[in-house]
Amino acid sequence: MLNQFALLGRSVLDRLAGIGRSGGVVWQSLVAKPAPFVMFPLLLKQIYFIGVLSLVIIIVSGLFIGMVLGLQGYTILVDYGSEQAVGQMVALSLVRELAPVVTALLFAGRAGSALTAEIGLMKATEQLSSLEMIGVDPLRRIVAPRLWAGFISMPILAIIFAMVGIWGGALVSVEWLGIFEGSFWSNMQNSVSFTGDVLNGVIKAVVFGIVVTWIAVFQGYDCVPTSEGISQATTRTVVYSSLAVLALDFILTALMFGDL
Amino acid sequence: MSVNNSPESIIDISALSFSRGTRQIFRHVDMKIPRGKITAIMGPSGTGKTTLLKLIGGQLRPDGGHIEIDGLDVHGISRQQLFTLRERMGMLFQSGALFTDMSVYENVAFPIKVHTKLPDDMVRDIVLLKLQAVGLRGARDLMPSELSGGMARRVALARAIALDPDIVMYDEPFTGQDPIAKGVLVKLIRQINEALGHTSIIVSHDIQETMSIADNIFLLSDGEVIASGSPQELLSNQTEQVKQFMQGLPDGPVPFHFSDDDVLEDLYFTEER
Amino acid sequence: MRTRWIEIMVGFFMVLGILALLGLALNVSGLKLSDRHGDYTVHARFENIGGLTSRAKVTLSGVQIGQVKSIKIDTQRLVALVSLDIYSEIDYLSIDSSAKILTAGLLGEQYIGISVGFEDDNLKDGDYIDDTQSALVLEDLIGKFLFNKVSN
Repeated sequence: MLNQFALLGRSVLDRLAGIGRSGGVVWQSLVAKPAPFVMFPLLLKQIYFIGVLSLVIIIVSGLFIGMVLGLQGYTILVDYGSEQAVGQMVALSLVRELAPVVTALLFAGRAGSALTAEIGLMKATEQLSSLEMIGVDPLRRIVAPRLWAGFISMPILAIIFAMVGIWGGALVSVEWLGIFEGSFWSNMQNSVSFTGDVLNGVIKAVVFGIVVTWIAVFQGYDCVPTSEGISQATTRTVVYSSLAVLALDFILTALMFGDL
Repeated sequence: MSVNNSPESIIDISALSFSRGTRQIFRHVDMKIPRGKITAIMGPSGTGKTTLLKLIGGQLRPDGGHIEIDGLDVHGISRQQLFTLRERMGMLFQSGALFTDMSVYENVAFPIKVHTKLPDDMVRDIVLLKLQAVGLRGARDLMPSELSGGMARRVALARAIALDPDIVMYDEPFTGQDPIAKGVLVKLIRQINEALGHTSIIVSHDIQETMSIADNIFLLSDGEVIASGSPQELLSNQTEQVKQFMQGLPDGPVPFHFSDDDVLEDLYFTEER
Repeated sequence: MRTRWIEIMVGFFMVLGILALLGLALNVSGLKLSDRHGDYTVHARFENIGGLTSRAKVTLSGVQIGQVKSIKIDTQRLVALVSLDIYSEIDYLSIDSSAKILTAGLLGEQYIGISVGFEDDNLKDGDYIDDTQSALVLEDLIGKFLFNKVSN
């Protein structure tokens, strides 16, 4: 019985130590004195791998989610004779919730797992040690550009997701279901506020971007440098960041829209 | 770069202790590595030879004891000083550890570009000379994935000596190489050591190759130095442990069987238990 | 060559992001960049505002001319005090205009409808609209209806 408690305590302590270590990694890579001329090309390259290469999956999923929202919203709202409000429904649910959350989940799966695997593999093939021995801090050279690239890419992806989704919703409800285009857009514009809805959605995306990239980079940096260790770290990245995103989403929603 | 004039040793390890988890890897190890020579650190697998190199490079922190390089305590100096110190060390990793997203040329040029502000054409000259030294000047545009294991290690060697370091550490340089590649590496390590006059430390368990180039050998086992001296001295050492390792005997102080149970007992009497 | 491609694609990515943000701002949230300036505020007291919220529309003959800025309690008269932001180009609301709380459709959201009066002077920043009509509260209506039935 006591052993069980000891085990529980041990695992909690381990978790806490892990969080502390990951904070240390982020701190050291971001606070370390910046070297913009070296950094910039590396950052561009990482934005390319993390952001640009995630565009296709973001655009395609955004389009389909917007279309589904349009269709579902129409079939529900038409019963109340207020199908004009479908634009407002699509826009609000995308901008406030779906764009940041779904983008973050896709981002964790597409870019986060790749980040973890890449850094883990660098660790396993001693490339990180090798950098250290050359006298280059791997936190600055490898980790920092990836962190920044994640922080920058994720909000942009979420914004694109929202816009494509709304466009997909408009496509379905205006072009196919025949809602009057003017009322679709004007209803939307009357109910969506830039500061209240759009900016809050972007803030969510920024927070999720930081959290997912942080988890992904740390899991790679801290993984056991074997093939098994890397695969476990990749799984952990996706699981932890999905859970973190969903939990944080609730907290942020409560703070932003919950009138607490 | 200050070159300490003490002729004796460049690396001075005193009372070094290190453990991983509950396993004690080093117990009060003392070692002096002479300047300008080739020193080999040998021992069975799992005795922490690679760990020792990482301790010297400051990548790991010992539980006790000191490692001094030219009088500088590796673990007592600031992170900044440590990185400066590492510019004087080159390390050849077991896997080569080439940066997979750079070509051969860029790999060798990397340390030069990071640590010096030389103009591009000068960097180019240095890189080509280093690649020439390892016989791979023609391979400069290949990517690491296109190289054979032996070639990758030679490129890594060129990168390790790119900044003309005072100390070059080789982590298992011969492991997994075919006889020709081994021969090439032996020749290269010898040649480069003579040409550049630096100190070489080789961690290995390939007795033949290591004996042929080392000036000095430390034999590690169970976290302690069990023998040291020139290759000839070690060969004539009559201690059981040393004999077993040097002659590659399957059974001896390091037992062939993992556990000591009597095999007959295990086979016949298990059902009765 | 490869670096150049990366640079181009990252640039494209950034532009796409900015365009999408502009789309969200202008097309979706209907943010108007210029005419936030020079709006003027008038106040109106209501017995009961029903479900009126801030940011609700203010209309004249059904055309939006502003929005509700804030809703407070007038502590002296103990009624609702609603502040309305009126677009600056709407400078022809006469001083005896009336404000009604209306409902869009049966279940739709509530908004304020302004009807213009006959005076020559116009409303200025900080003026009060005196002639107001509160929201129709469904429960009150039903209550009245039942009461009339019974008394008949």
